[in-house]
Amino acid sequence: MSVTALKTPGVAPKTAPEGAAHDVEPENYINTNWNISSWLLTGDHKRIGVMYLIAITFIFALGGLAAGMVRFELTAPRGQILSSEAYNKMFSAHGILMVFFFLVPSIPASLGNFLVPLMIGARDLAFPRLNLLSWYLYMIGALMTLGAIVFGGVDTGWTFYTPYSSIYSNSNVALAIMGIFLAGFSSIFTGLNFIVTIHKMRAPGMTWFRLPLFIWSMYATSVIIMLGTPVVAITLLLVVVERTIGLGIFSPELGGDPVLFQHMFWFYSHPAVYIMILPSLGIINELIAASCKKRIFGYPFVAFSNLAIAVFGFIVWGHHMFATTQSMYSSMVFSVISFLVAIPSAIKVFNWVTTIYKGSVEFSAPMIYAMSFIGLFVIGGLTGLFLAALATDVHLTATYFVVAHFHYIMVGGALTGFLGGLHFWWPKMTGRMYPESWAKVSAIILFIGFNVTFFPQFVVGYVGMPRRYHFYAPEYQIWHIMSSAGASILAVGMIIPAFYFLWSLKNGPKAGRNPWGAIGLEWSHADSPPIPTNFAEIPIVTWEAYEYSPDAHAVAYADREDVFVGSDGEIDGAPQSVLSGEKVQNK
Amino acid sequence: MGEFPVRPVAASTYADDVDKLFFVLLALTLIFTVVTISVLIYLAVKYRRGAKVDRSDAHDHNTTLEIAWSAGPLVLALAVFLWSAKLFASVYAAPANAKEVFVIGKQWMWHLQHANGIRENNELHVPIGQAVKLTMISQDVIHAFYVPEFRLQRHVEPGHYSTMWFTPTRVGKYHLYCNMYCGTQHSEMGGWVYVMSREEYSKWYASGGAKAVAVGGLNTPNGGLSMAQAGAALFQQYQCASCHSGDAVKRGKGPSLVGIYGTNRQLANGKTVKADDGYLRNVLYYPNEYTLKGWPQGMPSYRNLTEEQVLQINAYVKSLSGVTTPNLSAQVPGPAGAKTNQNNAGAALVPGAVDTDGGSPDVKAPAADTDNQQWRYMYGGEQYK
Repeated sequence: MSVTALKTPGVAPKTAPEGAAHDVEPENYINTNWNISSWLLTGDHKRIGVMYLIAITFIFALGGLAAGMVRFELTAPRGQILSSEAYNKMFSAHGILMVFFFLVPSIPASLGNFLVPLMIGARDLAFPRLNLLSWYLYMIGALMTLGAIVFGGVDTGWTFYTPYSSIYSNSNVALAIMGIFLAGFSSIFTGLNFIVTIHKMRAPGMTWFRLPLFIWSMYATSVIIMLGTPVVAITLLLVVVERTIGLGIFSPELGGDPVLFQHMFWFYSHPAVYIMILPSLGIINELIAASCKKRIFGYPFVAFSNLAIAVFGFIVWGHHMFATTQSMYSSMVFSVISFLVAIPSAIKVFNWVTTIYKGSVEFSAPMIYAMSFIGLFVIGGLTGLFLAALATDVHLTATYFVVAHFHYIMVGGALTGFLGGLHFWWPKMTGRMYPESWAKVSAIILFIGFNVTFFPQFVVGYVGMPRRYHFYAPEYQIWHIMSSAGASILAVGMIIPAFYFLWSLKNGPKAGRNPWGAIGLEWSHADSPPIPTNFAEIPIVTWEAYEYSPDAHAVAYADREDVFVGSDGEIDGAPQSVLSGEKVQNK
Repeated sequence: MGEFPVRPVAASTYADDVDKLFFVLLALTLIFTVVTISVLIYLAVKYRRGAKVDRSDAHDHNTTLEIAWSAGPLVLALAVFLWSAKLFASVYAAPANAKEVFVIGKQWMWHLQHANGIRENNELHVPIGQAVKLTMISQDVIHAFYVPEFRLQRHVEPGHYSTMWFTPTRVGKYHLYCNMYCGTQHSEMGGWVYVMSREEYSKWYASGGAKAVAVGGLNTPNGGLSMAQAGAALFQQYQCASCHSGDAVKRGKGPSLVGIYGTNRQLANGKTVKADDGYLRNVLYYPNEYTLKGWPQGMPSYRNLTEEQVLQINAYVKSLSGVTTPNLSAQVPGPAGAKTNQNNAGAALVPGAVDTDGGSPDVKAPAADTDNQQWRYMYGGEQYK
């Protein structure tokens, strides 16, 4: 039964017919209809994913420029060209754009949108029009906030602490916040769509424990989005209410409580860290499994660690407030739970490393990104313990140590994972390969540049350099110069991919259906690029996730007839070495 | 440039303790990172595609292993938590003999006042070996009082008092920062903490302090009042005594303030609140929320008082309960002895010695610092002007 399911006649003809029509591409989601309105009014999750990808790339470039200005300004203790006011607006722009308009939507809205239906064997998300609405809300929100930043600026930092944001700041706080408010709803719609889709639209036979781990991470992320985002939305709205009509909520002068804002803000914004990192953790599973041709070690532990992180993530917000007037006992409770979050994160790392054991490791660009992710995530995670520990946090909080720590998680983790995923699924999205040697070089440049940029910030933070400082003591300068030099290396590592990705769109070699020889419905059952309805026929899943057989030694799977025949029949264009289905009898 | 700082001086008792924890965490981090990354690279290279290695008997799960590598880090994590929590609790437990200094943060300046009336802007002078407790409040946005060499910081919030304490252990001049983003000149809101030897401190104190200024802008004949004395003067000026007696005599309109500090107060709404510093402050600003049981006529609000004046009135009210605000100078043996206050007063009243940019906390924030004077003071080694 399974064999028939896998060898459905509808699947095979969709690949390029041999010889004859080499210039006529088969229909796919891109060439099916080219006019603008077919994109702007599309319900196709793949097109919306691509539209998101373009939008967030643009935002990322702007946020990166702001970061570049900040780093340039900090090369001298008295600054270079900016006034303090302009500097404050610059780092605020960097934080607001990167957090709310890049990191939060990055993987879920672009790769997630594209991949969730493909990976679970569905034709689209549950609510295609809601999905499109989410993109429009994101665009409107982004334009409002960008407008606030460009025409006058915002100087509160991305955290919008009251009463500075609600009473004292003279910048465009209200407009920027309303933009974030709208973008929040775009996240909520995406999360809702994912939850319903993952629950209700899995292909026949795609049980929960046959899901790729990326889907588990998307699911956990969506739960956090649904529970957390409404809270930050209302919190920011309350800031606008206090700011515009003077209703006292956070300002003590109006009878409010400024610390209340921090509780409400971090109730979302700490889980938001997991909204940013969980999708990357999910991607790394896919990259490692496909590059090592091996099932992820301890699948159920890794799957549940996502949910553990999602749950614990909601009860640690107070660790951002150890230096406030929060009670000592509250701080202790938040601290111990923060230590507990480290455990599911550690479980993931150990499982990845163990997956490599006896695997068949191909040093492809995605694998290099995955390895670089693991290294940076370990450092980012462990330095988090310095901040979860109450006593050291009282010294380190709000210094550059914190800046370095969260950039290791957000850039070293979330962004590296995103880029790794983009390299992995680019052939699926565009049907083209990029030059792999360039990709490997840029991944290594990125890794080096990243460490040179952010490692010095740990040191200067421990020495006592506060964050968000325009001017600083001259003795810190050497570290800032190193950091800024690293930032320019980092920039090179990010610009190179932009060039070869664009180049590949026209000139890249055709990828074929499964260039990595990976297991997963998006590889085995969908074209590159996929047809508008994803699958000619909905596949019936009869195998476990990641049922790779790296070579003849995979004893456990040797006699799983269904899998081998299936994989063998479906993997076209894969390197010969991975066509494991050769059915080598072991022993 | 040319400097290559990797570790700030540890200049308080707490700093030494924190550094021990910090370096243990650092060692754990290094071990975990190096081991994980080495194993990762070793395995990846060993099992690279095409390598002729034994791949037989590969497993994809091992529950014992999973439990082991969850439990191991868990035990370590909890141990680190307990250590750090114990240390953190000490941050909240100021010793009984700690001397008090009062801090007001505002955009973009620190005002400090010693119990004896010495006032400083952006500077704090303390003698070595003496526990010092800071009671802090902000006039506008949230600030944070941060001294890296003490490894300590605490937010300074509008609306309620926060406290921190330290015992300096090393003579020196240390950065004082605002470490909570507070607006345009956030990076210039700071100055220096001077930890002085006992002798130096006595000299500084006897000279009235480098930055001593008259108290609260009050026109008092003697000047240089202690905080409690200044509070008493305000008590007179606002005619608080027409309702509240400063002695045990009940005058009818309001309760006597003698002995109330630290007691529980019964409110008309049925709640009970403890009469601590925060209570004394809030009663002045929002008396309607604290109407006392048995005193239905209430009290007008004194919102026009500055935070500094409130601190002074508090000091006076506390003195009525026999609580004398511990004064830094009291501990310090010095030739000036009892005369100190007098000398101090004289210095403070010399025309021109009165600090112009911060005589009273409600003075408007200084104009934009175009010539970077504050920068030169904070970072360029210049003396405060």
